[in-house]
Amino acid sequence: MNYREAITIIMELLKGQLVVCANGLISRETFTIRDRTENFYMIGSMGLASSIGLGVALSKPSRKVIILDGDGNLLMNLGSLPMTGSLQPKNLLHIVLDNEVYASTGNQPTISNVVELEDIAKSAKYAYIKKVTTDKELKREVVHILENDGPSFILVKISDKKEQREIGRVTHSPEEIKERFMSAM
Amino acid sequence: MLKSEDFAQELINSGYNFFTGVPCTIVGNLITTLTERPNITYIPAVREDAAVGVAAGAYMAGKIPVVLMQNSGLGQCLNTLTSLNLIYKLPCLLVVTWRGFEGKDAPEHLVMGRICEKLLDTVGISHHTFNPDNIKVLINMSYKLITENKEPLAIFLKKGILD
Repeated sequence: MNYREAITIIMELLKGQLVVCANGLISRETFTIRDRTENFYMIGSMGLASSIGLGVALSKPSRKVIILDGDGNLLMNLGSLPMTGSLQPKNLLHIVLDNEVYASTGNQPTISNVVELEDIAKSAKYAYIKKVTTDKELKREVVHILENDGPSFILVKISDKKEQREIGRVTHSPEEIKERFMSAM
Repeated sequence: MLKSEDFAQELINSGYNFFTGVPCTIVGNLITTLTERPNITYIPAVREDAAVGVAAGAYMAGKIPVVLMQNSGLGQCLNTLTSLNLIYKLPCLLVVTWRGFEGKDAPEHLVMGRICEKLLDTVGISHHTFNPDNIKVLINMSYKLITENKEPLAIFLKKGILD
């Protein structure tokens, strides 16, 4: 499974849920695969998708909030995991696409080939934690977390790191991204 | 000296309804009173950039946020302010304690104490400083400014203003 296939599977299962996309290829791929007003695309402030998603989830408990994160992003802001675990927002669903590299800058290795990110989520007291490696498992787990209380953490191991094609950039301006996302609340 | 309870009440009366931050002794009692209030959310953050990120999310979900931090935290969250708040136009009130004011503090506070105003000038974030007579006016003005301009605004808080 490559990250494009993983994002496609996730986006196909969503209805009106809010999504906060980490910066870099995750935002760009999500925009390319399925642009929707409920998507917040980060273009800077690397690492903070999980913090922004936490702020949304705490302030809108009636809506499910999905954080579409990457291993590099998560490692940059690991402190957000215990913040989420301590606050236990039931509507927060954290999906981490783990390809063990900084794909946006040319596949330099992260350290998630050695450190088990799902173990850190477990220590941080997420309510539901699963690691998936196949598209079938990913589909099953996304359906599960959409139907059940969180905070949940799905680590998606991406085996194919090769880029399939040139990926465009998000064409909306940052202000447009924000306005659209706020209108989707 | 103003009671922290009264300072918190001024923030709430002005319309602020989401609080997060990282402690400093100068806002120790303020954090305690915010944490104890039944209808107020204070989210303890592990770092200042996480606090600003949580505040940004809260704003998009309809809240008007305040972030409490020491001026040392400005360095920690500078990239968040420049590549999130300023470009997406996400407002918040930053109540920043001014350690190292006039060079009278522990060594680790002296550099930031000297440059924190210039740092915000360089980044293009407006700032003011509380004194005993302007607290109510500044808090009210800050709410109007950040909700109209949709940008973060910092107000420095020196030692000796709050109990």
